[in-house]
Amino acid sequence: MPDFAWIPKMALRDFRKNISRLLLFVSSIVVGIAALVAISSFGDNLTGDIDNQAKELLGADLVLENNKPIGDQPIDSLATLTASEVNFASMVAFPQTGASRLTQVRALEGDFPFYGKLETIPESGDADFRSGGQKVLVEKVLMAQFDAQVGDKIKVGNLEFEIAGELQGVPGQTGITATVAPAVYIPMAYLEETGLVQYGSRVEYNRYFQFETNTDVEALIKPFEEEWEIDRVDADTVEDRKRSTGRSFENLSNFLSLVAFIALLLGCVGVASAVNVFVKEKLASVAVLRCLGVSSRDVLLIYLFEIVVMGLVGAIIGSILGTGLQFILPAVFAEFLPVEVSVRISWLSIGFGVITGLFVSILFALLPLLKVRKVSPMATLRPETADSTLFKDPMRWLVILGILVFIWGFSYYLLGQLDWAFGFTGFVVFAFGILWGVGQLIMWSVRKFLPITLRYTVRQSLANLYRPNNQTISLIATIGLGTAMISTLFFLQSQLLEEAKFADKEDQPNLLMFDIQSPQLDEVREKVLSRNLKIIQEVPIVTMQLNEINGIDKRENEELSEEENYSRWMYNREYRVTYRDTLIETEKIVEGELIPYGARGDSIFVSLSEGFGGDRMKIGDEIEFNVQGRPIKTYIGSFRDIKFNQISTNFIVLFPEGVLDQAPKFHVIITRTNNDRESAAIQSEVVREFPNISVVNLGAIVETLEDILNKISFVIQFMALFSIVTGILVLISSLIISKYQRMRESILLRTLGADSGTVSKINTLEYFFLGSLASLSGIILSFLATWLLSVFVFEMSFRPAWGAAFGLYAAITLLTIVLGWLNGRKIINQPPMEILRGNG
Amino acid sequence: MNILSIQNLSKTYQSGNRKLTVLDDVNFDLAIGETISIVGPSGSGKTTLLGLCAGLDSASSGSVVLNGASLEKLSEDQRAAIRNQHVGFIFQNFQLLPTLTALENVMVPLELKKRKDARTKAMELLEKVGLGDRMTHYPTQLSGGEQQRVSIARAFANDPKILFADEPTGNLDTETGEMIERLIFDLNKEKGTTLVLVTHDTELAAKTQRIIHIKGGKIQEDNHA
Ligand SMILES: Nc1ncnc2c1ncn2[C@@H]1O[C@H](COP(=O)(O)OP(=O)(O)OP(=O)(O)O)[C@@H](O)[C@H]1O
Ligand SMILES: [Mg+2]
Repeated sequence: MPDFAWIPKMALRDFRKNISRLLLFVSSIVVGIAALVAISSFGDNLTGDIDNQAKELLGADLVLENNKPIGDQPIDSLATLTASEVNFASMVAFPQTGASRLTQVRALEGDFPFYGKLETIPESGDADFRSGGQKVLVEKVLMAQFDAQVGDKIKVGNLEFEIAGELQGVPGQTGITATVAPAVYIPMAYLEETGLVQYGSRVEYNRYFQFETNTDVEALIKPFEEEWEIDRVDADTVEDRKRSTGRSFENLSNFLSLVAFIALLLGCVGVASAVNVFVKEKLASVAVLRCLGVSSRDVLLIYLFEIVVMGLVGAIIGSILGTGLQFILPAVFAEFLPVEVSVRISWLSIGFGVITGLFVSILFALLPLLKVRKVSPMATLRPETADSTLFKDPMRWLVILGILVFIWGFSYYLLGQLDWAFGFTGFVVFAFGILWGVGQLIMWSVRKFLPITLRYTVRQSLANLYRPNNQTISLIATIGLGTAMISTLFFLQSQLLEEAKFADKEDQPNLLMFDIQSPQLDEVREKVLSRNLKIIQEVPIVTMQLNEINGIDKRENEELSEEENYSRWMYNREYRVTYRDTLIETEKIVEGELIPYGARGDSIFVSLSEGFGGDRMKIGDEIEFNVQGRPIKTYIGSFRDIKFNQISTNFIVLFPEGVLDQAPKFHVIITRTNNDRESAAIQSEVVREFPNISVVNLGAIVETLEDILNKISFVIQFMALFSIVTGILVLISSLIISKYQRMRESILLRTLGADSGTVSKINTLEYFFLGSLASLSGIILSFLATWLLSVFVFEMSFRPAWGAAFGLYAAITLLTIVLGWLNGRKIINQPPMEILRGNG
Repeated sequence: MNILSIQNLSKTYQSGNRKLTVLDDVNFDLAIGETISIVGPSGSGKTTLLGLCAGLDSASSGSVVLNGASLEKLSEDQRAAIRNQHVGFIFQNFQLLPTLTALENVMVPLELKKRKDARTKAMELLEKVGLGDRMTHYPTQLSGGEQQRVSIARAFANDPKILFADEPTGNLDTETGEMIERLIFDLNKEKGTTLVLVTHDTELAAKTQRIIHIKGGKIQEDNHA
């Protein structure tokens, strides 16, 4: 039995002289724990808030949704309130400036939302809008973009409205939605007159219901569900919305927790390497204790006890910091949140943070700490025998296994999927492995190829990197991974934007007009040509629905088992189809061939987008479409691979020519303008004359993309900050730990006749090399990651962002040098006698 | 009765494919209360022998019986228990625990033995070595001679049956060295402890009852006074 009274006593005695250094050890986990606790508290509160504000998420007790008008429903009579909304994408124009843009128009009738409200500036805007008259509410993104004021005019379709208020918030809608598709609310009474709802318009009809409080809505709608199913009406209750919102935010907060976890793991590397130094210094004491008759287990327990106490302190500090930190999280995530998030202390998260912190500090400290078990008491008589290797110690492999299991278990807990957890663990091992490898490689090549002809100061400072307690490799790992995360994000973001802008080159289309009615076609074409612009594509579009696949209709499909059925949405969706007998630039046949109509009797062969319908669909399968009430039987003739990286029209289903010529259709025209001004001019001309035609130009898309990427990257950068701060803490602690060694060296160098200029030159160079190594490893890793992501995920060519890379490199190296100097100043202030007496 | 019995003791080190024999077939017995010094040139194997006798290291062959227990049959932790019960150490470089005060350093062996009176006993011992006023000082706050006195107090704290000292005065000036010697011999006489001393100092060696000369890992002479 270990002596449980004496071991803590010895540990506490040892503490007195070590407390500041041990605090340094755990400082590196503080940030990781803080991040974890903050995210977890935030997630906790968010879940609670989604629960509490569930009705406001939906704005009603029930929403019915369809792509045709929802007629009177038997459920109407049960409701205390109903409201209707018709929404569709359409251009709106600001007559003062002539500017226009594609928006989400929502025609509203009734007092929706029943729960929560449309927040407007001025506050009376909402009431004003509902009081009748040709008035609209306009999303603030739109107001800002066109510099519009409340009271200005806005043109929607054929009608001009007055802006009654600027929309600040809509229940259940996030800032991101508002950026992608800013809304304009118009009164339902004027919908008809706008002339925007015509054939081919993609329109969604919503009907909102409110019931008596305490109504069991799920039970209430049960009897109607089957009929709705047949009519393709989608019913959404508060519970449904709560579930789906809750699920997506659980995913988000779990993902963020993983990012925080990475910061924590970085901190753990710091803990391990700091404890390693600590252990090295303790080896002599361990040998003495062994001589005095303390068992190896008890010696381990003494130091472990110290680590546990410090781990606990670190975890608690981290949890307190994290609880404070969560106060700023709602602001950070504001754009992504559909509900108002409150900030409360989450004891569950704090407990989670403390236990996690304690656990990781023990696990990672044990790795170097196990060494003390193998110290021979003989080292008291012959000190040089103290440092033993550990590779043979089975306990060490057990601890490594424990760490892997912990990482796996933690990620499994967050991700909830076995293979994802394995993937994450693999990624962590891989990333650390790469960084370690890169670090080793650079250090090896420095050693190997270092020319002896270099100046003494350079050689000496490079040699310093190999100083046993320098923690060079662990610094490379921590700072490197932090750098890698930030720079990967940075590189990827600029690459995506570059790619989008790059699309705007010679001959590439940059302006797209759609929803052109057949009678308008000639005139629109004329407008383009009269400006000396080329019509790059002119595409007819026919809308249709799907009746049967291989003779199985929607209802029969419902009866089939999971393995046999086709996915339900294939029957529910509307298909926008074009017809031609050739491929366009962005397409490639991957299976089968394009078969023109008439080539094989009177069978019609269509071409599908590759992967449509999963692996259930094969060449030769029969599909019956419903084109405006007329059934058309077709067969799958080929599959196409479609690239979505330029402005173009892409179709899931492609018909041959000669089949749909007579069907009602509308058209898309794609052209290329020479500059933004030209785009704006043609856009405003077309929209003025044909308000139903929507125009999108590449410039606007790039702008929106930039906007969204900025919002996302702000969040990711915020998360990456934790890793960077952890890296800096590890750096600071390792600088302090090696302080005395540096000082002894400096004194020695000066004794040997080096002037103080030389000494400080050597030190600065050493920090320069250290910072360079760490940031370069990170940048190399992130180039690798960006390359992999661009080639395999985004399918675009890799363009290294040399400028950004250099900026990052310079910033991190400079930071290392500055921290080194600050630390060095403290060294100079210490009396050298302390050092000589070994009072490290 | 022998407190220590060494038979056919050998120690070899393997470095690469070369075998280095540091101790070669060493035999001797030590009676309770005997004082003995081991002398010999540098590198002759004195420290190695001391370490083996005290059970700090394990031999390549041969046996060490300490207080009736065959050390080669015990695990390191079992040997540690024997060290705590019966063995005291004094080192050339003092080997105090740097994070403990003088008093706490002396208390460690007593606390390991779970003695309730650890504190008072340790204070008595420190008084005896003349450091009654330095008890709360840390090793770095003490001179070499003072540190060695603390380590003597610690060595005698658990009333060992046998005391091993490897060049206890090697790091001290002559005057301080003599004071340390006096302390060791006085305490030894008072407690009847067996004393094994490794030294280069012939004057010091002459004060023990028996001198073993060792050279190249072999015992050359074994002189009883
Ligand atoms: N771990 C080891 N591996 C190889 N050789 C060793 C090892 N430890 C000691 N030796 C060798 O064993 C020999 C005896 O060493 P030991 O320390 O016992 O000598 P010593 O008599 O105490 O010398 P000194 O008077 O200088 O202290 C030396 O030659 C030494 O180099
Ligand atoms: Mg020796």
